[in-house]
Order: sequence, then structure tokens, then C-alpha cells
Amino acid sequence: MTAKSVSLVIAGSGGAGVVTAGSLLLDAAAKAGWYALMSRSSGPQIRGGEAAAMLRFATGPVMSHDDSFHLLMAIDWDNITRFSAEIPLTGNSLIVGDPAHGEAPAGLLKNSPRQAALAMTDIAGKIENGRPNMVALGAIAALIGLPAGAMQAVVEDNLKRKGQAAIEASMTAFHAGVAAAADLPAIPKLPAVAADSGPRWSITGNEATGLGVIRGGVRFVAAYPITPATEVLEWLAPSLAKVGGMLVQAEDELASINQIIGASYGGVPAMTATSGPGLSLMIESLGLAVAAEVPLVVVDVMRVGPSTGIATKSEQSDLNIAVYGLHGDAPHIVVAANSVSDCLFTTQWAVHLAEAMQVPALVLTDQAMGQARAIVPKPAELAFIGQRLTATAAVEGERYKRYAMTGSGVSPMAIPGMPGLTHTADGLEHNEFGTPSSQASDHHAQMDKRSRKLTQFNYGDHWADIEDSEVGAGDTAIITWGSSTGPAREALDRYSAAGGKARLISVRLIAPVQPEKMAAALKGMRRVLVVEQSHSGQFYRMLRAFYDLPVETRSLHQGGPLAFGPGQILEQLTAWSA
Amino acid sequence: MEAVAKKKYAAKDYKSDLKPIWCPGCGDYTVLNSITRALAELALPPEQVAVVSGIGCSSRIPAYTSVYGFHGVHGRALPVATGLKLARPDLTVLVTGGDGDGFSIGGNHFLHACRRNVDLTYIVMDNQVYGMTKGQASPTTAPDWEGSKLTPEGTGINPFQPLVVGLASGANFIARVSSSDPINMAKIIVEAIRHPGFSLVQVLSPCVTFRPEQAEWRDIVRTAVVDYTDDAARAARRLMTDDGFNVGKVLFKGSRPPFRPEFENSNGSVAELEARFAL
Repeated sequence: MTAKSVSLVIAGSGGAGVVTAGSLLLDAAAKAGWYALMSRSSGPQIRGGEAAAMLRFATGPVMSHDDSFHLLMAIDWDNITRFSAEIPLTGNSLIVGDPAHGEAPAGLLKNSPRQAALAMTDIAGKIENGRPNMVALGAIAALIGLPAGAMQAVVEDNLKRKGQAAIEASMTAFHAGVAAAADLPAIPKLPAVAADSGPRWSITGNEATGLGVIRGGVRFVAAYPITPATEVLEWLAPSLAKVGGMLVQAEDELASINQIIGASYGGVPAMTATSGPGLSLMIESLGLAVAAEVPLVVVDVMRVGPSTGIATKSEQSDLNIAVYGLHGDAPHIVVAANSVSDCLFTTQWAVHLAEAMQVPALVLTDQAMGQARAIVPKPAELAFIGQRLTATAAVEGERYKRYAMTGSGVSPMAIPGMPGLTHTADGLEHNEFGTPSSQASDHHAQMDKRSRKLTQFNYGDHWADIEDSEVGAGDTAIITWGSSTGPAREALDRYSAAGGKARLISVRLIAPVQPEKMAAALKGMRRVLVVEQSHSGQFYRMLRAFYDLPVETRSLHQGGPLAFGPGQILEQLTAWSA
Repeated sequence: MEAVAKKKYAAKDYKSDLKPIWCPGCGDYTVLNSITRALAELALPPEQVAVVSGIGCSSRIPAYTSVYGFHGVHGRALPVATGLKLARPDLTVLVTGGDGDGFSIGGNHFLHACRRNVDLTYIVMDNQVYGMTKGQASPTTAPDWEGSKLTPEGTGINPFQPLVVGLASGANFIARVSSSDPINMAKIIVEAIRHPGFSLVQVLSPCVTFRPEQAEWRDIVRTAVVDYTDDAARAARRLMTDDGFNVGKVLFKGSRPPFRPEFENSNGSVAELEARFAL
């Protein structure tokens, strides 16, 4: 039995090597020419504690997790029911557990999945330095059709420093697992892939985010650690140093945002990354960047809110604060990445937009894509790099106007060091020179200018990803954003495969809104399904406020941390067309 | 380049033609004069200098100068200046502000700017009152000051000791001056700018409107009798027994090297970073 994709979970207590096993499996799948997506879930403990690695393998790029898992490989059962909501199982699913740790807890058995035993502890015990997680890996590889040679290569890479004995112990345990799998019930296997499946990368969303800003030209980062954004910073710190930039760990988020304002004012493209609580602290100074026209990028790796919420899990609920959080009328950019690899594109684009318009750009990603690792097709090289319109030489006898009125609204920016162009950038309302002013005429003129920069800019096709069923768009559209795009994409694929016609619109440019482009994208659409991971339907309300939607518009929204399964979205589509 | 004679500047070359919003008699006028005088003494080209501030009466200074200025939000001048100086080490960066901006809303940044020791000069005009919001108690106000409707019985809280806290937090240069002696203030600012690392200059700058009694400061202040020390413990003892009116001299000069991140290899390329993701 072969399948287009196989989904499995490896779970166990701290020290069971669940995450290590998942990473090895992901790397081996990559070696075998497959694509993969791995998400991690862990308990609240800082170190150790139960963990689950959720993996999906396919012969083509993986955009989303499936509705359920084919296999749950439990190294042990410690606290495993904490994950049961995140590990949907069906009657066809297979739970494999170690008899040494007893029976599977009832919480996992709701849908009567098949069960089988694999004596991982016993088998590993008979091998010198053998570990149960390697036995589990062997069994998984055999069950899903992963060639042993791929695992051999990965284990050799990973254990090089521990020496040949360690490699042999691991591989002996692995092969024992392969052999033991002969007694296990079958789950779908993935077919082998042609050797040339094109260049691929193994990357997390948070790494892609870091790479995107560096590609865009950012060379100064100031930040304060926060889950789940910290990995962006941990990747950036050494990487920036390699390309002549720097990362400064600031004393708090108020300092982060203001340090990057200072650096950007000094002419160096700058960014910070944070999550909801940190973004809340930065909001006042984002307004300063709007008023003083200082380009910068702030990445919000969203987690469940409000307040401390669920720090380690995902939600799309910072849309409102990102769009409306600033006091006063403060035009700024909000963009959202819609997949692990799109974190690269979207952050690079954000730097470009921020620099071109001298405005702060917020990038919304989330824990689900940020902390997921994926095997993806090598991302395209992108031409756009932040290009700031800087002032040229001073004109004799003419005082420089930092906030000069221009058709585009963008004024040439003088950078400290340029002679004859000194000025004070100000968060106070000001006139064209930057001189503080409380005149209505100056306020209106500057407001118009700051707003014009954003409305007249050509965002091209990047404002949204628009995809139709192979047989055409029909009259039904799904509008979604961010992490909900993956399952929506797969729902569209399945709907099309069953003969349905629909269009997917995944909005990347959240603000400023693009009514004309949306109108064009919705031409001929009679029905719209809005999909988002927010309890109050923030995106739906925003669409309602700014766009003309058909009478038949429905909202599919749920709070985090559970992600939509493609089936949930498909169900809405099919029920609607029936 | 050495052969080219250094251009001469006068204090007025660093002043904008904007009229300050300050009250007549405000101490901040002389601080502005001393800053411009110090810049002229250092003969720094105006485009190589930046003055960064937050919010408050004294935070208006950047626009009154002809150098690059940044007037940000309340309490965040130090982080803006930190980012600017780290990104642009070639610039001379001054930070100006008041006691509320620096020690209350911006208190955390003050601690960490001292600790981080980026090469900045922080000039705090301390008038022990919030002037811009019309006279409320600041962190340096005496506990029994009853001049504000917000705290009619006084704050009942001991005042913040900026120089003690600055020293304990790692400031590399500490001085107190009086706005009544602009010539000396300019001299100290020159020294502060020249000294590497984070320099803290507290200026007793009276608020004639909301603290008219501060007009007496000019008679109370006295020139400190001892010269600076490079021994933090001695400086601490001196500050702990000080009544706040010993002015006109540098109190402490440290020798900690300024903060500057070091890079393992700045010649790398983005392609090398990307290669690590390729399978």
C-alpha cells in the first residue's frame, strides 16, 4: 500500500530522545529524496519533560499536517495524553508501544486505533549501548519504506564525533528495529523517489525569517528573548556577524525597538523579532517610527494570547494589534508569511517595503511555522533588497527638508554624516523641515504624505497568493492568511481532485488593504469562506470592514493552539456545495 | 588628510535658528550654550554629531542645535542613541534629557546604558520636577515637596540618586555641574565626550517656573574640593556622603573598554549562510 504522504508521531518522556529521533528521521527522509514537515510539541517543563515530534513525509512539498496520523510510536506513555488533542488518530491508525512501559492510556483509544507491541527496551538491552529510540526508528523506517541506507548516512553524519562504536551501536539497534517491524501491522508506505528530485533545503520558519531579513539587507538587530521567536535571534546572532552586521541583546523590548530605530536613523537597515507580549511593549515606538519615518522591520512570531497565554503554542490572534494597535492615525505595513519557506520571501519583502517607504513593517509569522522544520524546494533567488531613497548633496542656500512633500510621499532621507543636511527627526508633528508644529495644516499635510507613501506604492502580485483548482476557479473562494494557508491549500487540492472548483486567496499584505486587487480576485465569486485561527474571527472582521464580500460569506475560525486540518476546511466546502 | 588644517568652529555654528520653548530663566538655555561651546572646542563637523533625546523640556534640545538630531518618545533616548552609536561608531553621539525621562520612565535603560558602556555622553538636566506637564514630583524630588496637586502631601519617597546608581551600574565617567557656570560645564562636556565609554553628566538646571526656590542653587552650589578618582569604591564613598551640591568637577573616570560587538569574520557572504540549509 503506497500513499502520497505518511504522517506519524514519535512521543515519549524527557530523555527518551524523541526530538532527536524526529530530526534523524527528517534528515534521512531528505536523503531519500522525500519532502517533510516536522512540528514539535512539548510540555511546560523548561528541560526534559514529555515531547512529541509530529512528522509528515511526502514525495512532493508538504504544506500542512494531515487530519490524522497513520502511526503513533510511543517510546513510553509518560503524560502522553497531554498531546492527545494534537494527535488525532482514527480506526486505521496504528499505535506502537513498548510492553515494558505497560498499556496505552485510554485517552488515546477513543477512535479505536489498531495497537501493536514493539519491545524496544528489551531489544535495545541486548545491544551494547543500544537505545530504544533507535529501535523505534528502525521500525518506523521499515513501516514507511524509508531506505536503511539513508538512515545510515544520517547517523554517520550525526555521530561522527562520538566515534565508530557509537555509530555501530545505533545502526545495530536500528536494524533490530527494522527486523522487528516484520511482525507489525502495515501502514501506508511512501514510494522511492527518483534520484533527481531537485535541490532542496532543510529549514525552520524561524531560520527562514532570519535569512530573509539578511537577504533584504538588514545588518542591525536588537532583541529581547521571547518564546517562540528566540530561534530567529539565535540564528541571526552568528549569521549577522559573518556578513558584517550585529545583534545586540537589549534590556527589554522597549530598548529593542528603540535601538533599531537609532540604527536605522543612522542608515543601517534594522529589525527585531518578538512575540505578542513584546509587540505590545513596542507599540508606542512603532508610532514613533511612523511619525519620524524611520524604516524598520518587526517580526511577531505569534503565540496564544492574551497575556502570557500559551507561550509555546500557535495562534493567529495578533492581527488586530498589528493592524490597529498604534495610537493616532499611523499608516504602516503589516505582512504575513504563509508557510515555512514563505517566511524567507515575506521577511525579505518586508525589508524592501520598509526601506522603500521609510515606514515600519510588521511581519506576522507564528509558532507553528516558526518552530517547524521542513524539507522544501530550494527557495528562489529574489532580487529585491531594501533601497532607501537618500538625500543627495545639499543645495547651497537651501535648507534641507527632511519631510518634503513629494508626489510619492517618500522624501529623500539624509543620513547622519552627510554635510549640509542636518535636521532633527521627530515624533512630534512637524513641518517639512522637521520643525515641531501644532498647526492643523502641517498635521494634515504630513498625514496625507505618510498615508500616500503606502497607498501609491506598487505592491505587484505579492499582496496575495492566488491559486485555482486545476479545472478552474468556479464561484467559491477561500480567503485565508498565515499558517491557515497550508491546510486550506490542501483542502483545495482535495476538493479539486473530487471535481470541485474553487479559488484560494492567501493574503500576504494585510495592511494597507488592497480593495481593487481583492475585487479583481473575487470577480465571479459567489461564495467566500474565510479561514483563520482566531477565537473572535479577527481576519473575518477586517475583511468585512475593508472589502466587498459576497452575501454568501462564511467564517471558519477557531482559537489556537490546534491547527486546522485540511479535512475541516474541505468539509465546509463540500457541505456548502451540496 | 593630516596636512589639511582643522576647520575652526564657533559655538553658534552648532545652533539652529529655532527659538526654544523654555521659560525665561530656565537653566536649560545655558546647557544648550555649553553643549554648542563644547562641540566648537572639539571642532567636530556638525554632520558628524548627533543629539538624541526623549520627552520633556530639556529633551527639546536636538532641534535647537544644527547637528543631526533625534527626538523620540518618553524615556527611550538611551536605546535610540545606543542603536545609532553601535550602527555608526564614526559619529559622536550625545543624549540629552531630564530627570523624569532618564530616571523614571527610562530608568531601566539608564541602568543598562551604564552597564553596557557604549561610547555615549549623557547630559541630564536635573530640576527635580516634571516641567512639561506643569509641575509634578520627579524621581529626584525631595520627599516633602508639597508643590504638586498630584502629591499634595509630598511623595514621601526618598529621591533617586542618579550618580550613585550610575556608578554602581558601571558608568565610565561621572560628573556633576551647575547650569550657573556654563564655561565650566562646557569644559566638563568636552572631557565627557573625549572619555571612551558611557559618560554621565548631571546638570543642576533650575526650573524657575515650578521650582522657583531653585534660583538659590546658584548660591548653594560649591566647586568640589577634590579631583576625580579612578577608584570606584572611593567615588562611591564620596557620592554617598555628598549633599548633591558639589559641582564643577569630574567625580569618577573609569577605564572599562566601551562596548563594541566583535565579529568572527565580516567577509562572509549570504550565499555561505544559505549553503548551510542545502541538502
